Amino acid sequence: MNKLSTLKRILSYVKPYKLYVITSFLCALVTAGAGLLIPIFCGKAIDYMLGAGQVLFEEVFRFALYVAVAAIVIALAQQLLSFCNNKITYYVSRDLRNASSQKLHSLPLSYLDTHPSGDILSRILTDSDTVSDGLLMGFSQLFTGIITIIGTLAIMLYYNLAITLIVVILTPLSLFVASFIAKRTHRYFTAQASARGKTTALINELVDGQKVVQAYGSEEQTMQSFDVLNEELKNTSLKATFFSSLTNPSTRLVNNIVYAGVCLASALFTVSGKITIGQLSVFLSYASQYAKPFNEISGVVTELQNALACAERIFELLDAPEQTAELSNPKQLSGGGRVELNEVCFRYVPEKPLIENVNLAARAGQRIAIVGKTGCGKTTLINLLMRFYDVNAGAICVDGVDIRETSRKTLRAQYGMVLQDTWLKSGTIRENIAYGKPEASEEEIIQAAKKAHAHSFIRRMPNGYETVITENGDNLSAGQKQLLCIARVMLCLPPMLILDEATSSIDARTEIRIQKAFKEMMEGRTSFIVAHRLSTIREADLILAMDHGKIVEQGNHEQLLQKGGFYSQLYNSQFAVE
Amino acid sequence: MLEATFDLLVPLVVADIINVGITSDDTSYILIRFGILIAMAVLGLACSFTAQFFSANAATGTSAGLRKKLLAKIQSLSFSDLDRVGTSTLITRMTSDVNQVQNGINMFLRLFLRSPFIVFGAMIMAFSIDTQVASVFAIVIPVLFVIVFGIMRLTNPLYKRLQKQVDKTTVTTRENLSGVRVVRAFGKEREETERFAAESQTLTNTQVKVGNISALTNPLTYVVINLGIVGILWLGAKRVDGGILLSGDVIALVNYLSQVLIELVKLANLIVLLGKSVVSMNRIGQVLDVAPSMSYGEQTTLSDTDEAVAFNNVCLRYTKNADNALENISFTIKRGQTVGVIGGTGSGKSSLVGLISRFYDATEGQVRVLGNPVQAWSKEFLTKHVAVVLQRAQLFSGTIRSNLAIANPTATDEEMWNALRLAQAEEFVKALPNGLDAPVEQGGRNLSGGQKQRLTIARSLLVNPEILILDDSASALDYATDAALRKALRELPKEKTVIIVSQRTSTIRHADLILTLEDGNLVGAGTHESLLETCETYREIHESMTAKEDK
Repeated sequence: MNKLSTLKRILSYVKPYKLYVITSFLCALVTAGAGLLIPIFCGKAIDYMLGAGQVLFEEVFRFALYVAVAAIVIALAQQLLSFCNNKITYYVSRDLRNASSQKLHSLPLSYLDTHPSGDILSRILTDSDTVSDGLLMGFSQLFTGIITIIGTLAIMLYYNLAITLIVVILTPLSLFVASFIAKRTHRYFTAQASARGKTTALINELVDGQKVVQAYGSEEQTMQSFDVLNEELKNTSLKATFFSSLTNPSTRLVNNIVYAGVCLASALFTVSGKITIGQLSVFLSYASQYAKPFNEISGVVTELQNALACAERIFELLDAPEQTAELSNPKQLSGGGRVELNEVCFRYVPEKPLIENVNLAARAGQRIAIVGKTGCGKTTLINLLMRFYDVNAGAICVDGVDIRETSRKTLRAQYGMVLQDTWLKSGTIRENIAYGKPEASEEEIIQAAKKAHAHSFIRRMPNGYETVITENGDNLSAGQKQLLCIARVMLCLPPMLILDEATSSIDARTEIRIQKAFKEMMEGRTSFIVAHRLSTIREADLILAMDHGKIVEQGNHEQLLQKGGFYSQLYNSQFAVE
Repeated sequence: MLEATFDLLVPLVVADIINVGITSDDTSYILIRFGILIAMAVLGLACSFTAQFFSANAATGTSAGLRKKLLAKIQSLSFSDLDRVGTSTLITRMTSDVNQVQNGINMFLRLFLRSPFIVFGAMIMAFSIDTQVASVFAIVIPVLFVIVFGIMRLTNPLYKRLQKQVDKTTVTTRENLSGVRVVRAFGKEREETERFAAESQTLTNTQVKVGNISALTNPLTYVVINLGIVGILWLGAKRVDGGILLSGDVIALVNYLSQVLIELVKLANLIVLLGKSVVSMNRIGQVLDVAPSMSYGEQTTLSDTDEAVAFNNVCLRYTKNADNALENISFTIKRGQTVGVIGGTGSGKSSLVGLISRFYDATEGQVRVLGNPVQAWSKEFLTKHVAVVLQRAQLFSGTIRSNLAIANPTATDEEMWNALRLAQAEEFVKALPNGLDAPVEQGGRNLSGGQKQRLTIARSLLVNPEILILDDSASALDYATDAALRKALRELPKEKTVIIVSQRTSTIRHADLILTLEDGNLVGAGTHESLLETCETYREIHESMTAKEDK
């Protein structure tokens, strides 16, 4: 039932390519039909070779010509068939891929935060590929297979019932044998998969931690532990490979027996004069042909099941609830930079209250530092400000407008954000800085980089601003990555800033320069800073001390210290030294 | 091989049935031949089982060997080699590429040893029946080979391109996932969707192109084979007419040609797989071919010297085109000194200590460690006497004990606890349910950053090295713990040298010698007080810190 609806849904993706499907089906019909005729023509031709001096050349020639024509027709049809099939399957998989990638951008962050990214990635890429593989197999082999089976049966029946029965009864044997072996091997494959998983995990660790291994000279030890797993993987994989490879010879055995049986029966029938020698050759080629589509179809069925399972995973992703729709007439924001939180409540999971009744009023141009221990809700607060998550109760207003009454894009354009984990896209340094403002001029980009104190190190890179940042930015240090992220914000200069521990892995000297630049930038801009550094906190207009999702204290540094409460405790444990 | 022989004999037996059995109406003859067919089928099965076993064995054996060889190779690579090659590609090469090769070998042995044999065997058998008719085979088979290999040549580069495009699409998707917050913050959802759609379209186009070309194999071989059959029918008819051949022989010939067809189709399907595993094999070969860029000396005995480390006009450049990471550095550290290294991001601090432990070699100048050029020491000596706690706290899955034992497999519990105590880790390890045997998950993700750092420090202390280097490895510790750690380190035996890399002046202000780096240059060397007077860079760093810390 469920599978049926999945199948229907896949077919709805195939629908735009109807024309190809119809052509493909016609071609399959031609291929299979003409393919069946060839043995008949051959048989007829042989029938006209009665013996020495008794060959009817004209007839032989006629049927030989038929064979040639049929072969050429089949070839043409086959090429057209695979052309259509390629188009259908690869386009369907492209459509699935694009749909799920688009979906990615409209999913709420709560979905993305709670689902492993590797899993989503494999749904978008690997699963769509498997679906297309399954479809390709299905289209190219299922049609022709079924037509071939039906046609073969019909023609054999036409010639001789008894021999046909032998074929029909014996052939399923090979399917039976195949499925019998498949069930057995499944166990070994599972064992192999788990051994492979373990080995991969170890390899990941060893290669990733290679510097440590070498630093302690423990190469031999690690080699030994690796050897154990490697040996295990070798053994399980030997079993799996061997047993799965038995399928082919075993079905071949059954096929050979069928072949021998047909040979015996038809020879006997020929002796008794019921069929001709030519018909005998027809039966022989049918007997070998008949089993093939069966084996293929059983392959197709597993492949299709696989494809269905993968399609289900994709549809699951596509069906995940999207973030709440944008209003049809979103309000505009004045760009003033006033932020108010009224009785805001939020929890990631319904059972676990996190942010409770938070109130805050930030005037335009204020600098607000958020401090607290790990897990106290600092990052969550930022998720709410940016509307990555929606509040459960209460409201957040920017310039007097509830942020749910404007569009996400409008809201986010108000903020410049530098997050804790730096994200750069693969591409040149220039492209990365200009990410939020692709039309920026060379001058502007360099200006932004200079302000973020990134210009000097960029200049020293092999290709300056054109240096390509590899995936994950492996060719940059953590500090350099952060400088680039800051330059990215510097270029856009939005009315409000969100800095999430942005400067934590930049050394003190660079940090102080950046803070100077930030100070200029923050002039007249409302800024939220998740801070660990004392200097940041002390210069803030307002400090929010958070604990367990609540803002326990608000005020500036001196006020809060005098209060001698939560903040002063935190301050003394984290910042006071020697 | 034997199985293939049996397969080849089948048409002959069938021809016999037709020619002898049917023409002479000899039922028992037919029955005997039937028996032969069955027997051959069973024997063929036995042979093929053996063949499968050996090919599976060879394939899995080779891949296990490759994995081992690769790991051995990776362990012999120097740090700069590792940096250059990149760990993530090394991992894929050791895992998925090796699997690909294993599949390739298995398939190759299974089918390649059978298919050509059947193809040529069929040809030989055909000739044994009748040379004239068999001449058709002599034409058809080479033509088929030209087609199959021609298409293979044509598609191989396309497959490589396809793989590249797949990689590119993967990168784009992964980026969209990991950067989802930034994408949304900049309101770039539509642009990113379009970027993906463009990559996706290129991928689809390549797929269709490759698919269409490789799909040519089937129709082409099909036409050629059937034209061959036409030829056989035609020539065969003449021979039958001339009384040289019997109609059963013609059937046998036709059968041989169909067998060739089946094998060729298998071969064509295999080629794709084989192409992939050849690519994988090359990728593995590239790793195995990387020549380790370092060789070690023979020196193993510690002589009586009071010089711990000496740099003499040392320059370091990571790649040919890059700027110098270190420029003309000279200094000397005496044994027993505590030394601080300070400087901004990218100023060359890690590079400097990397030269002492010989993770890298100096491009110019000389580095001396414990009285000898660093290149003269054996690898074992260096690992035993120079211990580095790396910036990135890396733990392995296992237990706390197994992680500590990496440094010193023979360490007793007492020694371990001692090291943990010095590293300020005793308290939290004691609080864990199983103490030393508490589990550590992959990458130590069940521990906090500060805990991991303290464990890695304890690990290095277990080596009991002459020179201990902390490469910014206490950054996640709070000030109180950091201070306690430094105090503990001062209690080490006095001939031990401790080098601390840090971004905080407070961490190193009591050091005997402070090296201040800026942009790869040594801009100041001296004590805290003297540097405050003479070194502007140091003063700036210090002031930026005190601005935050005093009070």
